[in-house]
Amino acid sequence: MNLSLKEAGIRVDGRWLVRDVSLDLSPGRVQAVVGPNGAGKSTVLRLLAGLWKPTSGSVEMDGVQLPTMRRRAVARRVAFVPQDTHVGFAFRVREIVAMGRHPHVGRFESPGRHDSAAVDSAMDRADVRHLADRLASQLSGGERQRVLIARCLATEADFLLLDEPTANLDIDHALDTFRLLKALAAEGKAVAVALHDLNAVVRWADRVTVLNAGRLEASGPVVDVLSDHLLRAVFNVGVERLLAAAEGTALVFHPLDSAS
Amino acid sequence: MSSARTAAPAGPLAPHAQRRRRVAFFLGASLCLVLAAVAGVSIGSTSIHWQSVLRILAAEILPAWVFSPEASSEVERVIVLQIRLPRVIVGGLAGAALAVAGAQLQGVFRNPLAESSVIGASQGAALGAVIAFVTHLAARSALWIPLCAFTGAFGALFLVYLISSRGGRTPVATLLLAGIALGAFLSAAASLLISLSFVDWQVAAEIVFWMMGGLDNRTWTHVWISLPFVAVGVVASLWLARDLDLLLLGEETSASLGVQVERVKAVVLWTAAVLTGAAVAVSGVVGFAGLVVPHAIRLVLGPAHRVLLPASAISGACFLMICDLLARTVRDSGEVRLGIVTAAFGAPFFLYLLRSRRKEVGGI
Repeated sequence: MNLSLKEAGIRVDGRWLVRDVSLDLSPGRVQAVVGPNGAGKSTVLRLLAGLWKPTSGSVEMDGVQLPTMRRRAVARRVAFVPQDTHVGFAFRVREIVAMGRHPHVGRFESPGRHDSAAVDSAMDRADVRHLADRLASQLSGGERQRVLIARCLATEADFLLLDEPTANLDIDHALDTFRLLKALAAEGKAVAVALHDLNAVVRWADRVTVLNAGRLEASGPVVDVLSDHLLRAVFNVGVERLLAAAEGTALVFHPLDSAS
Repeated sequence: MSSARTAAPAGPLAPHAQRRRRVAFFLGASLCLVLAAVAGVSIGSTSIHWQSVLRILAAEILPAWVFSPEASSEVERVIVLQIRLPRVIVGGLAGAALAVAGAQLQGVFRNPLAESSVIGASQGAALGAVIAFVTHLAARSALWIPLCAFTGAFGALFLVYLISSRGGRTPVATLLLAGIALGAFLSAAASLLISLSFVDWQVAAEIVFWMMGGLDNRTWTHVWISLPFVAVGVVASLWLARDLDLLLLGEETSASLGVQVERVKAVVLWTAAVLTGAAVAVSGVVGFAGLVVPHAIRLVLGPAHRVLLPASAISGACFLMICDLLARTVRDSGEVRLGIVTAAFGAPFFLYLLRSRRKEVGGI
């Protein structure tokens, strides 16, 4: 079970959004994608989700080119949580989560027992069961984010791609989310998250891919990749490492000009 | 977490209560439809008792060995079967078509203000019909107006697509802007033709009346012209009900859940053009039905399309039948144009719903 980018690039209106990026998602791992704003993190996730076609290189799932697969077949295996959490009309939370079953339910079929069980279990795991009958439009940003994570779980996909899933969450729910992603990886899912919080990467991710201006800067196990030198070069920050006994290393950043 | 439960008593309904509300709605709406149809056939310049109406209809539909009534008057038979029944049916078809088209477009555009005019289809259909009038084709055969209206609706959508598509993708924002701009252009063209046609007062008056919508002198021909298109359009819209739900979450999200976004969008827009063409072809320009009906239903039953679309079809039919009944009965001499009634009757009702159920509108 494997989803990978092979030297993939995408060009829109003559400009390369990302170029020559290789990335490999395997079960059991949390893969972080980091980089400054505009580095191409979301683009890489969209390529992996099959939402955009690569202009060069390829995206493959278990050896099959993703763009040749049917949309529904991809959606059964790859779940994607975008950054935009806007919900237009007044759907209830349960209805939103149940939409995660769309790729499994035929056009004129009604959802079966397994579908509603998957929806219930997804709502439990994302801690939104108590919101089931609320209108999604009346939720707080954090609650909505967790509803979208629940929808992603309801697909029962093997590959979970999340774009900044903790951006709207308070620290408590952010930690819950990371713990959940870690647990899902331990159960055999392959997880990829685009993140800004490098401390979260250090603490929760197994591997990290660093992008800079659409190019692959470095990729590998977190401890090897996030060196002082790389952080300085890519993010333009100095770094100190604090050793917090229980939680491992904590990074503290400071602007380069004040450090020098 | 119990505070979260108690915090929102107004909007949410438990699933079983929601189901009960849906069943009650469909039963009520179907009953209304039947009542409106019977009232539409029996009330008019010559009043016919509703029992006679039912007797005439039963004699027509049921085989003689099931039901053979005493002969009713031939005049009443002609009024019921040849004049009022086709008119009521055409009204129902047009109302259903406009409401379903509006509901679909509001879904695709993720905008509760969308209806057939935002893709230029209704203006295109109107221009087509105006051309049929000014070229005197309309006077030659009743088929010309529907034909030209259809051509106009399709032509308009084709142009809007041509303008807003790029590299196989059609962004809805561009589509909306192109549709509104082209709609304005087509309206202007129609107005120009009307103003030029004023040399012939008779034709001009006919066009202006037609532009205000109306169901006068509708025959079975009009029923058979619109029925197949409305049927195809409504079935196609139901086919895509779940995809439309997902589109409300945004195109990217729905694509990631397996929806073929561009294909669904294209089918929905062409379906809306078919429905709009079918409605305008037989009822003229009737505003507001496509906007107010789906919106009102959404306030009552929620946004899920597998419920919203059939409910809109039934309610749209009912709405237009009642409006037409008002249009031909509020004044003693002559009819008020249908488009005037739909707006005058629909807008206050809509505003009432908006005020009284504001809490449930929530994210709209």
